[in-house]
Formats: sequence, structure tokens, C-alpha cells
Amino acid sequence: MNLMDPVQVFRMEAAELFVVIEEGLLDLLGDLSNQAQIDAVFRGLHTLKGSGSMFGFEALAAFTHHCETAFDRVRKGEVPATAELVAAVLEAQDHMKALVDTPNGDHEATGNGLLAKLQAAVGAKAAQGCVVAAPLPAAVAGTSSAAAPAATRWRLRFRLPVNAMANGTNPLGLLDELADLGDCTIKADTSAIPSLDAIEPDDLHIGWTVELTTTQPQPRAAIEDVFIFVMDDMEMVLEEVSSAPAPAVASAPTPALAPTSVALPLADAAPSEPARAVNTAPAIADAKQTKPAAENVRVPAERLDELMDRVGELVIAQSRLSQLAGVSADIQLRSVSEDVERLSGELRDTMMVLRMVPVGSLFGRFRRLVHDLARETGKEIELVTEGETTEVDKTVIERLADPLVHLVRNSIDHGLEMPEDRLASGKARAGRVTLSARQAGGEVIITIRDDGRGIDRERVRAKAEASGLIQPGQMLLDQELLQLILQPGFSTAAQITSLSGRGVGMDVVKKTVEALRGVIDMQSTPGEGSEISLRIPLTLAIIDGLLVRVGTGSYVIPLSAVEECLELSAEEDLRSRGRSFISLRDHLVPFLRLRELFRTGTPPDRYQKMVVISTGNERVGLVVDQIIGDHQTVIKAMSKLHHDVVTFSGATILGDGNVALILDVTHLVTVGQQQEAQLRAAG
Amino acid sequence: MSAHILTVDDSASIRMTTRIALTGAGYQVTEAVDGVDGLAKAKGGRFDMIVTDLNMPNMNGLAMIQALRASPAHTGIPIIFLTTESDAEMKAQAKAAGATGWITKPFDPEQLVKITRKVLGK
Repeated sequence: MNLMDPVQVFRMEAAELFVVIEEGLLDLLGDLSNQAQIDAVFRGLHTLKGSGSMFGFEALAAFTHHCETAFDRVRKGEVPATAELVAAVLEAQDHMKALVDTPNGDHEATGNGLLAKLQAAVGAKAAQGCVVAAPLPAAVAGTSSAAAPAATRWRLRFRLPVNAMANGTNPLGLLDELADLGDCTIKADTSAIPSLDAIEPDDLHIGWTVELTTTQPQPRAAIEDVFIFVMDDMEMVLEEVSSAPAPAVASAPTPALAPTSVALPLADAAPSEPARAVNTAPAIADAKQTKPAAENVRVPAERLDELMDRVGELVIAQSRLSQLAGVSADIQLRSVSEDVERLSGELRDTMMVLRMVPVGSLFGRFRRLVHDLARETGKEIELVTEGETTEVDKTVIERLADPLVHLVRNSIDHGLEMPEDRLASGKARAGRVTLSARQAGGEVIITIRDDGRGIDRERVRAKAEASGLIQPGQMLLDQELLQLILQPGFSTAAQITSLSGRGVGMDVVKKTVEALRGVIDMQSTPGEGSEISLRIPLTLAIIDGLLVRVGTGSYVIPLSAVEECLELSAEEDLRSRGRSFISLRDHLVPFLRLRELFRTGTPPDRYQKMVVISTGNERVGLVVDQIIGDHQTVIKAMSKLHHDVVTFSGATILGDGNVALILDVTHLVTVGQQQEAQLRAAG
Repeated sequence: MSAHILTVDDSASIRMTTRIALTGAGYQVTEAVDGVDGLAKAKGGRFDMIVTDLNMPNMNGLAMIQALRASPAHTGIPIIFLTTESDAEMKAQAKAAGATGWITKPFDPEQLVKITRKVLGK
């Protein structure tokens, strides 16, 4: 299926709309006064009609229009929703499906029968109205004065509504358009501009007089067309000033500015299809027999994982092929290798998209949780979700579920105040918890925000000192202090309630997020609330990596964490010996010699390179022997035997069959920062 | 820099058609799926124009236009709405809410581009 074809997209969309409409109708059968469902059905029919007419499904649009009209009347309370009407629209829906599947089939008799039922259900007037026409002719017809080939001269005085600029109309654009019609002289009338202290910068107080000589065949229509969007609200006098025989000018050319009512004939389609008479008994059976082919296929998640594994293997095999072809003189082999490289890259990208699911499926679970928590705590809570359509790798969604539950519980339990306390501090009675997701670069950012009391920094400090996480009186940056909450064995709740402090703790949240190669940012303003953001890479299975060599081993650094690469000159290396700091644009950045960390034992390369990596605001340099280049890295988990290895987050297979270990950036940055802290404490 | 247009529509096919038409004419396009999404994107980015459907779930186009016009940063940005002929009433309301102009559905892509050029000026 070609996803770039709007008609195909429309068919898929129609299938989804049918589900919405059907669910709405079925719900209505249970509760005929359900306004939300009436609106939903109306909206579904409306979209189906509008989109259908766009893509050449005119019969569908025309038929759906009648159902929409019927539901519009229900929506406006003109007729009640009845079981009969719902049943008629349900039947009509099957017909609409047939119109989507075979737009050119002979459906008229069936359609007429159904419309008759619909009419009977809402009273005779429902099925009247217009049929959606084919794409509109030019919106303006205008009064046509004689189609003079010669130039005509016009004088136009106009004044736009005062709020025209605030509403997005650019008067200069309109003057430009007039100038495009022919020679013109433009005079501004500034008499209505108020004094400087009374002026509102967005208001428009200028009027214009334009004298225009044009050879347009229908000058009046062309001029009026310029003002199409503001015509109804503006003052305009348009008169022909040439000495040619006076054409029949509709509006009286009075010298004073008078509002005209040159209503634009907006081509209201003629009510061309009056309700057709009842003729045949509906033959709905055949509409039902042609079952529409499903445009979406449901696949078990494991299959996708298998496919992902295969794609991973393919990417590895392809990089071996590229390596072989690279050293070969065989032009044909090289050409095939390039093709395979391109194809496997595309396959990988497609695969990534297949694994993405909207984060809304995750957010959906929180409505119930918040409802239960509100009852349990006696707090009033409003849950707001934003960015539900943001797509995230399905594995990420599965693994984030528990941490998010914990964070939302925490926000409600520790963050939000009781309704009376909120009122006392001038806040709305109901606390608000906002869950939002958005994509930024290669990351998805999931934010949990509450408007509660904020994190009590003094209590965090006291608790951290009591549990030995920090030295009494130790100086901490605000971010460092807040991050203490994520340490194992930390809980600020004075008494542990039944809600928080159960199941996973904040340290588990931190571990999960880090296992997803994500980071946690925290912000909190006392009295105003807290915000915790989880920044997670969009996908897990394949990453862009930077391949480096340390000693004889190859290692991969996730490219998303790499800030820059630089050369560590011999002098700088010597100078920094024992301190392991480099001054980078006036910032001291600690660095780690991976040769020492990995105890390589081989003599170092003469020119050492440094890769500066970062997580959040913290940076650390990694000294390596050689930077090989970027590498499509298929991540393989390490075996259970290695689960306690902290320096590496996984492994990958290189084109030549060798294994490269993937460096755990978060861990290395922490080690680097500890080194900095020790030095600071010592110095 | 080509002008950046935000299109707001719950219909994927309409979004795709507008995107194809507008990117084909050299504009940058960002899409939103309903009023809530549209409002968030409009407030989070810098756009030269907004094209929006009126009838959408979660937040309809009218409410979105009102909310945008209420924010000082978004007065003056042209907002064009898509309307069918059957919503004459909606059209009047959208204009009152502060919309700049409209396009009648079904529209042909050239008409959209023409109106975009008209509204964005030279």
C-alpha cells in the first residue's frame, strides 16, 4: 500500500471513522440522550463527508450528507434521538462502507431506500438540503460590467475593520494585490488615527483611496476578490471613473464612506437533489456481502521483535558486505553492496516506524488510577494529558508504565495539597496533574507536572543527611539536591502512606529510565509545583554510535551523547596528569583515560583523542586511542553472567565479525563527576 | 526561509493533501491533529500562518482560534479555516472568533496555495 496516496489514506481513515460512528451509535442505543456520543457521531459523519468529497467519493459525500444533516438536527435538539434513527444510520453506515469500497458501483437504489428510512426517522425535512458539489468554481462571480478589452479606471475608497490586523489581515498585502491588477495610486487617509496615548498598536485606523487603471476583463469582480475575506465587515465604495458609458453600478457612489453590503455569492450549491421519492425496497444484503478488505493488520508483538532481530542481523551482514566491497576492486560487487546498504537502511527505518505506538495508550491507563487515588486521598484531582499522539517504541512504553504510575502517585500523594489547603493558599480547589509527551530530536520527553506544594528542599536535605547520602552541610547544586530523591532508600513522606512507598521506589524509576538510556530532569518551585521530565531515546534496538579504539579493543559510544571530539595534545596530557581535567571553553571538564580504566597494557597511540560526552548538563571526556567513525549499532544485550557489569550497556557485532562493547554513558559521566567531586573536596 | 504553516485537522487524508499542496508550493508545514494539539504547537513554535478545520474532537477550531487570539503573541497571525458550505453559521462564528479567512471544502489544492499566497503576501 502506498502511504503517500491520499486516497489510500482516506480509505484507512474512513475505516477508522466507521468504527467511531458505529461505537457512538451503539452507545446511543443504550442511552439516547448521550450528547457526547451524538456529537461524536455527527463529527464522524461530517469528517467522512468532507474528506470523501475531497478525494472524489462524491456519491459517499452526497449520501453521508443526509445522515449528517439528520444528526445535526439531533445535535441541535430539533429532533430527538430515537432508536429508529440510530438503527437507520447504522444501516446507512453499511451502505457508506460499500460506497468507499466500490465508489463506482451501482448503489443508487439501495441509497434511496435507506434515505427513505432516514427520512421517516427524523421527519420529512431531514433529507433535504444540498449535495456536495464538485470542486468549487472561483469563489467570486461578482456583477460583471461589460467585458471591456480596454483599460477602465476605478476609484476605490475603503476602510478595513479596526481589528483586521489583529485578525491576521495584512493591509499592505491587499494594496499589493490591487497594484497587481494595474497602475494605481494609493493615498492613505490618516484622519481617524487617535492620539498617541490612546492608540492600540494592533488596531488599524488608516483608510485608503486607490485610483486604479486596469485591463482586467471583469474589473469589479477582480477588485472585490482582493477583499474577499474582509468584505462583510469593511466599508468600501467602488466606482468607475472613466468617461466610458456608465455601466450599471450596483452601489450608489456617494462621496461619504458608507458601508456597502456587496455580499459575495459564495456559490452556495443549489439544492439540486430534493429528497428522492421512496421507490424500491432496500437491498442492503448485497452491501453487507462485500466485506471491506481490512487496511490495517494486527500483528502479535513478538513477531515484530523477531522481525527486528532479523533486520538487526541483516544490518550486521550488510556492514560485513560493505567492508568486503570496500577493499575489492570489483565495481559490480561495490554497486550491489551500495544497493544493499541503502535497502537495509530503508528497511531499518520502516521497521522502526512499525514499532512505534502512540503514547496515548499509556496515558489512557492513568484516568482510572487518578480517579482511585482521588477517592483514597480525599484530594480533588484533574488529570490533563497532552501529546497523546507522540509515538514511542513499544518496548519503551511497556517499560515506562510502572515508573510513570509511581511518579503520578508521588505527585498526587506528596505534591498535591488537600482542597482546603489549596483554597487557603489561593489555588484552585482541584489539583492538576499534567502528563505530557513530545518528541524533540531523537528523544521523546515525557513530563509529569503538578501544581502542588513543590519539593521541600530542607526536608530532602535533612533526610539525605540522616541517611548518610550526603555529608552534613555539604554544598550541593539545586539539581543535585533534587536528584537525591532518586537515590535508593530515599523517601520524604513523613509517614509512608498506603499509596506511595509501595512497589517501586524512585530509585527504581531512575534505574528503569537509565536502562532505557534516558535521563531524568527535575524542577520544583515551592508552593507552585514540581515537574519531572523523562527524556528517553525514541528507539532501543538500533542506535547511531561512534566507534572508537582503546588499546586493541573496539568500543561504541552512543552518538546522541557525544558532544565533540578533540585531540588531547601530549603537553596537555602531561600537564593534566594526575588531575584529569581539561579546560574546555572556560569550563573544567573531567576526563577518564579509558586505557587506564580498561587496563589495556598496550603502549598508547602517540596522539590521544578525547570524546566529550554528556548527559543532561554534566559532561565528561573519554580519552581513546583512535576515533574510527560512526557506526550503525545493533544493540545486543549482554548475557546474564554479565548483568552486574556497569561500564557497558550492551554489545554489538562489527562488520568484521568482532564484538564491540557499548559504553554506558550515564555510568561514565557519574564516575567522571565523582572524580571531580573528590578533587573538589581534596582541593 | 520559507514560511512555516501549521495545519490542524483531525482527518489524516486532508492533512496529507494540504501538506502535499503546501510543501509543493515551497512552504514548511507542521501538522496537528486537533485543537488541543494545534494550540500547543502554535504556542510552542513560530508560524507564519495557521490552516485549521473547525469540527474536531477534543477542542474544535473555534475554541482554538479564540484561545490563540486571546494570547498577545498570536494576534496578527493569519488563521484560515476550512469549512463546508453547510456550516454557514460556523463560518460566521469563526470570523467573529478572529479568523482571517476561509476555504470552502471540498477545495482543490491550487486554491489552497492561491489563498495561502494571498494571505501571506509577497
